[in-house]
Amino acid sequence: MDGMHDLGGRQGFGKVRYSPNATAFHAPWEVRVNSLYAFAVRLGIFNMDEYRHAIERMDPRHYLTASYYERSLTSLATLCVEKGIVTKEELERRAEGLFPLAGQSAPGRTNAPTRERFAPGDRVRVKLDYVPGHIRMPAYIRGKTGVVVSESPAYPFPDAHAHGVEAQDEPTYDVRFRSEDLWPNSADAALVHVGVFQSYLERSA
Amino acid sequence: MSNRDFVVQRTASVEQRVDAIQSALQERGLKVAEAVEELEHLAQEAWIPQNGARVVARAWTDPAFRARLLANGRAAIAELGFAMPKHHRHLVVLENTRTVQNVICCTQCSCTAFTLIGLPPDWYKDLEYRARVVRESRTVLKEMGLDLPPEVEIRVWDTTADTRYMVLPEQPPETIGWPEEKLAGIVTRDGLIGVALL
Repeated sequence: MDGMHDLGGRQGFGKVRYSPNATAFHAPWEVRVNSLYAFAVRLGIFNMDEYRHAIERMDPRHYLTASYYERSLTSLATLCVEKGIVTKEELERRAEGLFPLAGQSAPGRTNAPTRERFAPGDRVRVKLDYVPGHIRMPAYIRGKTGVVVSESPAYPFPDAHAHGVEAQDEPTYDVRFRSEDLWPNSADAALVHVGVFQSYLERSA
Repeated sequence: MSNRDFVVQRTASVEQRVDAIQSALQERGLKVAEAVEELEHLAQEAWIPQNGARVVARAWTDPAFRARLLANGRAAIAELGFAMPKHHRHLVVLENTRTVQNVICCTQCSCTAFTLIGLPPDWYKDLEYRARVVRESRTVLKEMGLDLPPEVEIRVWDTTADTRYMVLPEQPPETIGWPEEKLAGIVTRDGLIGVALL
């Protein structure tokens, strides 16, 4: 889905609030949420692709204003409700207030019908895929051409794995793009490397 | 009546919401408290940047290990007793040189090799870093205090799959010959992410 989470290359954001001693956590509840979602993954209540997708399905206004661990909490609760472990009503009764959850999921999809094996140095193009469900293709590479630098081991295919759809594991390719090709005349010169699933790629002349 | 509606419409605080989901899971017989305690320990005391620092220090002092690390990161860190979660099936170690600066990000969420680098710092997860570092890398790094000479090529790595990345910083020349333990002490988390030099 072309969701609010897909931030790469979006303009209008200010300076990074950087400090060399920045911490991962700022409050005890954040550590607790991080542990609770990891626990749920460990128990097999949901997998990481379902977890990421439930964050992406949050209402865009909520997504942008929620902290990182509030997004984590929302995904955890949404999936526990969707898996029938708890109802939203019970959560709201226990929380003594509204408990906003993520929006509904759209259908997922399985691997591309034909997938090609690539080698380092091959020129590849990211297909013009528009899907309503989960996808791990940042929009800034859609339709763009780059060069393969390496191949990974096979992973569960996120577009299927986030939706309980059957699919084969497939490798990702680290593809090197020129920032100039991604945002012509509108980017600092750099090489941008993205891990792209095999199903998203086709050979380029 | 309207006053009561207002009360019902209030969104619970995040703490109340965390308590709600935790108690709901607990009540279903899941051993939540024990698991939370164990995972909190891992997140705060076991998954720390000192792990990555030890890997870097070994790579600086042992050329054969460095070669193995660059060829197969996951197998090489296991030699030092470090592991990654099952779903992180691949670790790519990115070698900085005098002319190449590698930088890690995750534009779609905030993935990292957290067992080596530690759970990501707040700025890594913020919208600003995620939106801008892929497109305005040199500007963003400069704003963060890393002003790279124009001849240094920037390579940004967007963590879109479950492959994980760690930067192997350049060893400062004045530390050549130092013992491994002392070297590990100069490697910072932000050096492993690639937004700071050592």
